[in-house]
Amino acid sequence: MGKTLFDKIWDSHVITDLGNGFVLLHIDRLLLHDMSGGKALKEAIDKGYPPVQPRLIYGTPDHTMSTKPGRTEHTHPPGLPLIKSMRETTSAYGIKLFDLGQDGQGIVHVMGPEQGLTLPGTTLVCGDSHTSTHGGMGALAFGIGSSELVHVIATQTMVQRKPKRMRARFEGKLMPGVTAKDMILHLIGELGTAAGTGYSVEYAGSAVRALPVEARLTLCNLTIEMGARTGMVAPDDTTYEYLNGRDYAPKGAMWDRAVAHWRTLPTDPDAEFDREHTIDMKNVAPQITWGTSPEHVIAVDRAIPDPRTGPEEKRGAWEAALQYQGLEPGKPIEGTQVDWVFIGSCTNSRISDLRAAAEIVKGRHKADHVTAWVVPGSVRIKAEAEAEGLDRVFLDAGFEWREPGCSMCLASNGERVPPGKRSVSTSNRNFVGRQGPGARTHLASPAMAAAAAIKGAIADVRKI
Amino acid sequence: MDKFTKVTGVATPLMRQNVDTDLIIRIERLVDNVTREGLGPYAFEQIRFKPDGSEDPDCIFNQTPYRDAPIILSRENFGCGSSREGAVWALKGMGIKAVIAPYFGDIFNNNCFQNGLLPVALPIHEIEQLADEMKASPGNARITVDLENCQVISPTGRTIPFQVDARRQHAMLNGLDDIALTMSRRDEIEAWQTSDKSSRPWVWL
Repeated sequence: MGKTLFDKIWDSHVITDLGNGFVLLHIDRLLLHDMSGGKALKEAIDKGYPPVQPRLIYGTPDHTMSTKPGRTEHTHPPGLPLIKSMRETTSAYGIKLFDLGQDGQGIVHVMGPEQGLTLPGTTLVCGDSHTSTHGGMGALAFGIGSSELVHVIATQTMVQRKPKRMRARFEGKLMPGVTAKDMILHLIGELGTAAGTGYSVEYAGSAVRALPVEARLTLCNLTIEMGARTGMVAPDDTTYEYLNGRDYAPKGAMWDRAVAHWRTLPTDPDAEFDREHTIDMKNVAPQITWGTSPEHVIAVDRAIPDPRTGPEEKRGAWEAALQYQGLEPGKPIEGTQVDWVFIGSCTNSRISDLRAAAEIVKGRHKADHVTAWVVPGSVRIKAEAEAEGLDRVFLDAGFEWREPGCSMCLASNGERVPPGKRSVSTSNRNFVGRQGPGARTHLASPAMAAAAAIKGAIADVRKI
Repeated sequence: MDKFTKVTGVATPLMRQNVDTDLIIRIERLVDNVTREGLGPYAFEQIRFKPDGSEDPDCIFNQTPYRDAPIILSRENFGCGSSREGAVWALKGMGIKAVIAPYFGDIFNNNCFQNGLLPVALPIHEIEQLADEMKASPGNARITVDLENCQVISPTGRTIPFQVDARRQHAMLNGLDDIALTMSRRDEIEAWQTSDKSSRPWVWL
């Protein structure tokens, strides 16, 4: 029987079988960020386990510093000790850090693919649940906790149990206004936020094959929002075109050798999955979340769901979500007034995301009552956008154009949506309090977020 | 890692789905220079406290006899969301030793086993019944979670078996962490790496 993409990468990284279903798995790349990176390095060093493969470890600060224009590490003082600790511990062991103010700094899940550090067929981990993003390059990538981070620093391995396999196929062409963000939100809406628990997910089908790499990264980013730690897209010519020439990607004869290997990775035609799900792209419209879980999602032209007609086991959660969000069941979601718009995060802060938002914004102005932020994913993306004049498009429309970082996705740097205020955000979680205590979040694509800023309300991007 | 063998005590029925790690501990508490042990007072702060900082008497964690309960009962997908291990540290900081839910977020589940906090997966109807038995006899009802025998004993004395990976059970019962065990396999790791450097040299920077 053939093997899946996931099995091929997993099996080739097993160092030894530990019994009881556990294996010792080699880790090819460890990425660090400021929330947990410096602390984990320090803990490992203090325990007598200094990094054993420092050249396979790369870091960048993203979580705790301000994204205010002209920011320094001092702009948000609470983050300073974490950034300093990361700087000290990485430099002590020669670990490459894309530091604040340097070329390459950015959100860690933007930095990896951008630098060519994320390669097909590799195992990659990071102390962040959205590490699944890197699966868009054909890597086996997953988020881990602090203790597991220390284990990787100390041994360049992990003790892991093999997950089951799920394949989600998206077939057909994307309808107008539909993006990778809408595809994955739609899937989570159909399957629920825990469908992937215990699984690895492969995204396949004609619609996925047609996606550029940045969109595949968005697709894989939200894998954890349906419970799976890892989501992947098989590498292909689109991947190789994106990767070729990047800083840390192989070069010359080594590139040719790598590509020859990568071409052996896609799932064999006769490989079997434990679960399969197919989505017809005809049924996928631009999405917007209404509640406090990513599974609380509807097409933008639909009405806010009524708990009384929903599944009985979800009734309580739906009622609580509507109350927190201040929404009335049965009313159209389109037209709901919005106070904040956030375009950024490891989900949607890449150049193609900014272009899609700018296309909607160009020649228009945000609604007066809306505060709208654009936070590019990296120093390079910011520079590229400025070279194209996208910063002017946003600034002329009344948006703020900010410095790279995680920012208002999780509010760990003090940048929050105020209590009771409603935000349309291109990030990945609409949990209670995620964007700040009492903040009400609606997840959507960059174009949908841009449309909400212009209209001052949740809007259907197809009508703009 | 702290050992876990058995705990007997009050169980708090926090009967909601998708208790995410943002709800368990806010991210900014992990930015502030708070020790792991010091995170307890901030656990579930969004539901334990009102916006003015005072305790919300409607929150079950603030009610007798649940205030110092060592066990939480919850619904599906407890610990979903972020990978922050601070969620486990915060639970431990508030005195929680075991959480019983139908299933857990994968990363949270792994983090629990790194810290001696036991996640117990039971069918939802069993958990609902445990919650009913707790509420039926407030102040007196106790639940036992026994890792050695892999069973939960309900307030009325019912025995409910649960499953746990043998490897993880052994590590928890003995307070072992993985690093020392993995370090003893250094030769195997190095042999794998030497071989990989010749078959996939582009990976090695």
